Amino acid sequence: MMYATRTRNARPEPFAVHIGIGERLGLAHMDWPLTISAVALVAFSVFTLGQATQNDVPGSPNYYLERQAIYAVLGVLGMFALTRIDYSRFRELRVGLYTFLCASVALVFVFGFAARGSRRAFELPFFSFQPSELGKLLLVLALAGFVIDGARRGSPVQRTVRYLCLGLAPAALVFLQPDLGTSMVFVVATLAVMYFGGVPWTHFAVIGGGLAGLIVLVLIAAPAVGHPILKGYQEERLTSFLHPHEHEAGAGYQQNQSVVAIGAGQDTGRGDKATQTRLDFVPERSTDFIFAVIGERYGFMGAAFVLSLYALLFWRALRITTLSKNSYGTLVAGGIAVALLFQTFVNVGMNLGIMPITGIPLPLMSYGGSSVLATFLAVGVLQSINVQAHLSQKGRFAW
Amino acid sequence: MYLRNDDRPQGSRLSLRIAVLGGVAVALFGILFFRLWNLQVLSGDKYLAEAKNNRTRSFKVIAPRGEILGRDGKVLVDSRSALALQLNTTKLPEDPAEARAELARIGALVHMGPRQVRRKIHEEEEVAAGAPVTLRQDVGFDLVAYIEENQPEFPGVAVQRVFVRHYPHGTLAAHVLGSVGEISGEELEEAGNKDLEPGEMVGKGGVETTYDKYLRGQPGLTKIQVNALGEPTPGGQLVEVPPTPGESLKLTIDPVVQEAGESALASQGLPGAFITMDVDNGQILGLGSSPTFDPSELITPTQAQVNALYRNESAPLANRTTEGLYPTGSTFKLITALAALENGVITPNSVIDDPGQLCLGEECFKNAEGAAYGALTLVPALEVSDDVFFYTLGLDMWKTGELQQWAHQLGVGRPTGIDIPVNTNGLLPTRQWRDQLFKEGNTERPWSAGDNIQLATGQGDLQTNPLQMAVAYAALGNGGAVVTPHVGMEIVDAAGRVQKEFDPGPRRHLKIDAGTRSVILEGLHDAAQGPGGTSHVVFDSFPIPVAGKTGTAERPGHADQSWYAVLAPYPNPRIVTVVTIEEGGFGAESAAPAARTILEAFFRNKLQAAAESEGEGETETPTG
Repeated sequence: MMYATRTRNARPEPFAVHIGIGERLGLAHMDWPLTISAVALVAFSVFTLGQATQNDVPGSPNYYLERQAIYAVLGVLGMFALTRIDYSRFRELRVGLYTFLCASVALVFVFGFAARGSRRAFELPFFSFQPSELGKLLLVLALAGFVIDGARRGSPVQRTVRYLCLGLAPAALVFLQPDLGTSMVFVVATLAVMYFGGVPWTHFAVIGGGLAGLIVLVLIAAPAVGHPILKGYQEERLTSFLHPHEHEAGAGYQQNQSVVAIGAGQDTGRGDKATQTRLDFVPERSTDFIFAVIGERYGFMGAAFVLSLYALLFWRALRITTLSKNSYGTLVAGGIAVALLFQTFVNVGMNLGIMPITGIPLPLMSYGGSSVLATFLAVGVLQSINVQAHLSQKGRFAW
Repeated sequence: MYLRNDDRPQGSRLSLRIAVLGGVAVALFGILFFRLWNLQVLSGDKYLAEAKNNRTRSFKVIAPRGEILGRDGKVLVDSRSALALQLNTTKLPEDPAEARAELARIGALVHMGPRQVRRKIHEEEEVAAGAPVTLRQDVGFDLVAYIEENQPEFPGVAVQRVFVRHYPHGTLAAHVLGSVGEISGEELEEAGNKDLEPGEMVGKGGVETTYDKYLRGQPGLTKIQVNALGEPTPGGQLVEVPPTPGESLKLTIDPVVQEAGESALASQGLPGAFITMDVDNGQILGLGSSPTFDPSELITPTQAQVNALYRNESAPLANRTTEGLYPTGSTFKLITALAALENGVITPNSVIDDPGQLCLGEECFKNAEGAAYGALTLVPALEVSDDVFFYTLGLDMWKTGELQQWAHQLGVGRPTGIDIPVNTNGLLPTRQWRDQLFKEGNTERPWSAGDNIQLATGQGDLQTNPLQMAVAYAALGNGGAVVTPHVGMEIVDAAGRVQKEFDPGPRRHLKIDAGTRSVILEGLHDAAQGPGGTSHVVFDSFPIPVAGKTGTAERPGHADQSWYAVLAPYPNPRIVTVVTIEEGGFGAESAAPAARTILEAFFRNKLQAAAESEGEGETETPTG
């Protein structure tokens, strides 16, 4: 192809010298640091759950360990499968993906089962499937397609409004489940795709101003006139981190306990003496607050190691945006990268007591099939972009 | 727009956006790393301490209080396990109004007002926040059954096993034993009570107070690992120090003597007191005060019980034996006789004429009942309880203070050292005392001969009690040792081994001439069992020789108070018994018969043996 003459291609590629099994499986041009960081994170998750949740389910000490391990294996397989596929096909499927996304999220209202006052998931025979988790990836894939295709239609303002509407519609559905955290991820992913899609800075400034206004409206103005938009617990969770000691018995309590747990881990962790996270002081320790478990059990060494893996993951994702063979890949990689960064920062920040409690899982670490699978699929898409970039540079097409 | 379909995006604009995003990412990860480092490395110690504090909750395990035994090993007080109503405050409704209504309903179960309940909770929360609050000990089974049937209506209310004092013999020896109750605020401040906490039981009066540190035992401690809700986690029992049960206290009290004394008092139906004591070592065999009380009512008294006990004119809680303030009447003559003989005021052979009265100018002191015994010496004077004889001795000693000296030495009006709490020591009227009062304008005249004449017969301003008189009589009986009266004999551990013996020894020794002692004892013996003796009617038929003195004390505003003090057996007494009965009339009328009942109980074996041998004689006579 047209890139065949690039000097870069002259360098010998370790996996490309022969068309071996790796190349046949599409693994030759995987981004190995990305793979390793993702697999290391999920492995650490399985390891941590195995140690910390022995007593959580009476009679089956390895309940969380076994299930998370299965999700991890399925996720890794899914990642490899996607690696082989040319992600560009998703651009063609954008309408179908988007329809499926909105339908699946909407169907939860009809068929979903309620947990703690919100309907988020379908109850399947082996696990409960939460469409909004996969929805993050679907939204990025579909929206990136819409952005590319609509790049020449309408004025910049019209385009921006169109993207926003496309992104915010499923976000609103998720918000109504209600799942505030995931809907925020949707919004951020939408903005990320727009950001990589070249939406002007001025538009972002306006959007930023609008968001600030929305926050004022939701948290201050609407409750003041007697029409609260957020449910009481949502608002309390969102704002309690600002003054944790006022809420020691309520929402702030959880966060306070999480901070105590992490702090108590000190340099090297408390191991099995990690009472904070073993004795229910820290809630949701297998999901939202798993970082507190790591902090208490393995100390600064363990927690910093995990954070480093996320930094590596994000760096590799960001790097892939620059390598992509086409704009669609850049937008998709950017959306995925930012969504991962956002989720990681909000979740770890929540564990560390500097971000509000939003119920956003820690990608690859938090227990949960939907989240683990969806994240691995997203990583698979990143890998696909990487592989396609290398193949196109070599003048090969994916087969 | 830099986008061209299906093409690589334009490099420079994209690079800027990626660089900005990269910068944001570096900043965000920087924040997380810094916060993590701050929490774990810089402030880790603080959070570790907080975490450790978080995970356990300590519960005190109350130790069963030691038993109190009679000298024969009979259990006078033990601890039985009972049911206490406890409230787990963490399970109360969160809404304050609902919680208040809930507390009111719970309070109604145990007859406590909502304010009382809240105060109780507040007190206990300060000590052990989160631990269940004991609202009332020893609730009835009816209530327990009611609560269990209606448990959903009373979340947080639980019935807990606790230890409660149990008195198998009811009121027996109540004044000696005292009672137990929750420690008061003032008691908590006391030096010896540093380890105690509100809600714990301590002795309230009697040996329960004096020997509290032996009886109370050591509470155990259970540390329980708890989860965030304060609920114990399975298998989370961390440290358990088992409670050490209190040691048992064996008293010198002889339950048979005690029983006899109390029933003798009760049969009189008047307020009174008695004491029976070993003259040689001060061991108290029986000590009682009437009316008495039920110590079990004092553990958690109802308002009605409080009213009955504390606002009762006959003061059932007062220990008349140790804290009574009475003139003694003629029982005091022993002291007068001792002082007169030992100071050479008279000899055993000195004769004093009794014309029926002793006049000091206008004022005349008469014998009781207008009797006049003529010329007599000490022994017959004691036998008939001649007042004029002793008036004369009082007159002879009024300036010297010899009578007060002896009375003081014998323990009248001063602490006896008894091992149960005593709040007052009575009054021995002296020249200094009255002169001081006169100087302060609190009385119309200074010390005069009349005061001493009154004192010589146990009248006037004298305020003493059966305990002090028993000590004085014992000193004569044992030849001069002023014993320390006591009821605690030994501390016995759970295995029955004696851990500690109490033998306080005499407080002081008086030099009493053997002749003096035998003359006075002879006079007392004649008084009890001589043909003209004042208590002849009571003791003539008593098979064991005794030396006893009646007393008939005049108390302003009251009918005469009956006294009897007796040493037995004569002439080498082992025990002293003193009985007084308020408004009981002549000494021989009520106090002496009561004293006889007590002596019969003490000498029960001897009397039984004598009766049996007599009975044998009778059955043998016909055949012989």
